Amino acid sequence: MIYNIEYETMPREAIEAIQLRRLRETVERVYATVPFYRKKFDEAGLKPGDINSLKDLHRLPFTTKQDLRDNYPYGMFAVPMDNVVRIHASSGTTGKPTVVGYTARDIATWSELMARALAAGGAGRGDIIHNAYGYGLFTGGLGVHYGAERLGASVIPISGGNTKRQVMIMKDFGPTILTCTPSYALHLAEVAGDSGVDFKDLRFKSGIFGAEPWSEEMRTEIERKLHLNAIDIYGLSEVIGPGVSIECLEAKKGLHIFEDHFIPEIINPETGEVLPNGQMGELVFTSITKEAFPIIRYRTRDVTSLDREACVCGRTLVRMNKVSGRTDDMLIIRGVNVFPSQIESVLMETDEVEPHYQLIVDRKDNLDTLSVLVEVGESAFSDEVRVLQNIEKKIAKNIKEFLGVSATVKLVEPKTIARSEGKAQRVIDKRKI
Amino acid sequence: MEHVEQISVFLENKAGRLAEVTRILSEAQINIRALSLADTSDFGILRLIVNNNEKAKSELKAHGFTVGKTDVVAVEVSDQPGGLHHILRILQKANVNVEYMYAFVQQSGEDAVLIFRFDNLDEALRVLKENGVKIIKGEKLYAM
Repeated sequence: MIYNIEYETMPREAIEAIQLRRLRETVERVYATVPFYRKKFDEAGLKPGDINSLKDLHRLPFTTKQDLRDNYPYGMFAVPMDNVVRIHASSGTTGKPTVVGYTARDIATWSELMARALAAGGAGRGDIIHNAYGYGLFTGGLGVHYGAERLGASVIPISGGNTKRQVMIMKDFGPTILTCTPSYALHLAEVAGDSGVDFKDLRFKSGIFGAEPWSEEMRTEIERKLHLNAIDIYGLSEVIGPGVSIECLEAKKGLHIFEDHFIPEIINPETGEVLPNGQMGELVFTSITKEAFPIIRYRTRDVTSLDREACVCGRTLVRMNKVSGRTDDMLIIRGVNVFPSQIESVLMETDEVEPHYQLIVDRKDNLDTLSVLVEVGESAFSDEVRVLQNIEKKIAKNIKEFLGVSATVKLVEPKTIARSEGKAQRVIDKRKI
Repeated sequence: MEHVEQISVFLENKAGRLAEVTRILSEAQINIRALSLADTSDFGILRLIVNNNEKAKSELKAHGFTVGKTDVVAVEVSDQPGGLHHILRILQKANVNVEYMYAFVQQSGEDAVLIFRFDNLDEALRVLKENGVKIIKGEKLYAM
């Protein structure tokens, strides 16, 4: 179902006219209200009045995660706090999160986009949505929740964890739509199986899965095990949260970007040059309707390409292909963003150990696992087993506290972590995504 | 010196690591007097008393091992039933905590040697001596 026929099936010329008008308004507003943008535009010799066509967007400077970090926590907000009704945050690279804000109108926009996304994935009024995305600073839980309410569906705000109880509720409450990370979906299937519950006997029609990259092979596996249509959803808190783009049930091929609110570009991550249609590169987003946290040419670090061909579902919105990788070293572990540098800071703050480490990411029973190998230097070493085990426990506890992700810590001998050309290989990702 | 120096080596639980230590020591002509290995599922700690601590330590470090040094106490006890129990009773009565221990017999029928690691080494030594337990000095043990 198409939730907003007018905007989702608009002819190209009409959508571009709207985009240009909204882009100019956004540029004018950020120049007037956010010192960071004013400075960047001035340095580039640009005035808001220079934006006369959509092509002029390419002249604007990029915004990076580092810029957001430099302006922590509220420096990028374009409205006074009086007008901010919600704050979300995602993990950052140095222990400090990236903070984003929403006005009441931003929340309304986000709810509308999530309602469109859920509808594209097969949900509607009368559906019961089992929402197992985490509720909290993470945008997943509340994003889906508000969208579901806007759509008029019934939402079960189950959040993450306590999988056995989730299975009981899925069995008893009869939800028809599942929303969670794709790896958690597979985990649910497994736990259900252990409790003697078969997804084939449940009422699910569709699952809307996101917050981590997943492949076509994983889709096949999920659809086979969960007996539902597996739909990919994309979003990031810096842009708005989930609901930036969504696959349609009809094609399941590429994610429609809600272009009346965001303008996508694909760039060469090395040179910053904008790439022609269809080419793979780094995805960049500009928000054109957000009030509290507008963002200009944000470098997502996600690698994909854009597809402008007409879609069988009737939407005229451009499609982005499934994200195939990252241009930085960010890992997504059970939906949590983890940068190796964050683990490094935790180790630095643990007196006994030196920051020689390696992260091994794997997937066991469909759940991501993180092992942290840490080399034992003389300062950490003890002739007593208990002392060394306590160090392992302490590091694991600190990682859990700072990053919110469970890790197994293993002490290893010095120089056992492979160093290629003098540089240690920090991450081994064994997951087959 | 009433203390005995013990060196300890961190070992990952993987094949060949212990043999690597013994190879290095043998090539350096170092004699092992006593040893014990504590292990968990991930790692092990090899504790060694050798005839040349400094050399053993520097050779192992040169080969990339993490090496520590700890003071332990060596006690002589008659090699017969109740020998160890007698010592442990003394320590228990005085409330002295043993972190770990291991033993070796030099020659059958002769006295056995117990190696103790204490939290409070000086207190332990005082108690043992007060009770007439025979302490083996470091120099003597290295040269056995």
